[in-house]
Amino acid sequence: MFDLQILIVFMIICSVVAVETKDLLSAVISIGATGLGLSVCFLLLQAPDLAIVQLVVEILVLVILIRGTVNRDGIDYRRRLWLPLIVSGVFIALFLVCVYYLINELPRFSYPIMKISKTYIADGFKQTGTANTVVAILLNYRLFDTFAGVTVFFASVIGVLTVMRKIGSKK
Amino acid sequence: MIEYFLCFVLFCIGLYAVAVKRNMIKIIIGLSIMGYAINLFFTLIGYVHNAAYPILSKVNITQQTSLNMVDPLPQALVLTAIVIGLAITIILVSISIRLYEKYGTFDITEIRKLKG
Repeated sequence: MFDLQILIVFMIICSVVAVETKDLLSAVISIGATGLGLSVCFLLLQAPDLAIVQLVVEILVLVILIRGTVNRDGIDYRRRLWLPLIVSGVFIALFLVCVYYLINELPRFSYPIMKISKTYIADGFKQTGTANTVVAILLNYRLFDTFAGVTVFFASVIGVLTVMRKIGSKK
Repeated sequence: MIEYFLCFVLFCIGLYAVAVKRNMIKIIIGLSIMGYAINLFFTLIGYVHNAAYPILSKVNITQQTSLNMVDPLPQALVLTAIVIGLAITIILVSISIRLYEKYGTFDITEIRKLKG
């Protein structure tokens, strides 16, 4: 999976640019590049549904973030806070060392343990009548999970309407 | 295994942005990067080498006799997680727009006056 590694490195470079650049609009465009790279990653990982959804969501996020940043100040505040920088650097280094030892405990890449998924793949078509196994899991086996997701999305829409309303908000 | 490690490097970049940056938009960008990394990690866990995508069709069934497919369960979970990530981003951006209207800055160290 050499192509996948190259794509992840591209995503890392894009996100470093997005985090460290001064101009906010450039940062938003870079995060868009990261998300589209993630969409291509999903395509390489044999997940076409995820690639489509990620593409649509990424475009929406890009539009919303540009709406949030355009015509506002693009100054990245120069005075650095040294204590959070040092503490988070030490923590991230420790975290990466732990990750390096812990990923050896996981099942090897591209050899997953598929205890439940074997049943889903084998019986999914007979039990649900759907050819797409991901949709069968999403809308039949784990419907309540999807239902909770819809509830969270609805709650966030209510929250946005409450925060952004003009009538009744004090100046 | 290098894919897993690169994925966690991506997660750490997002963590750095959330912990150190003072611009609210940068913090939102950091949260999005962390979400991307976790989604990618889940999908990486379910990948099977030389396997088909988890959609039953005549081509898939005839080519792979023993139904050799990638793991559909993490994909279903990530599909929900992507949509919830969109909801999180929308609400964070709307709150930051409101705070910008009120305080005239995105700097979180300036926004500490608690008044109605």
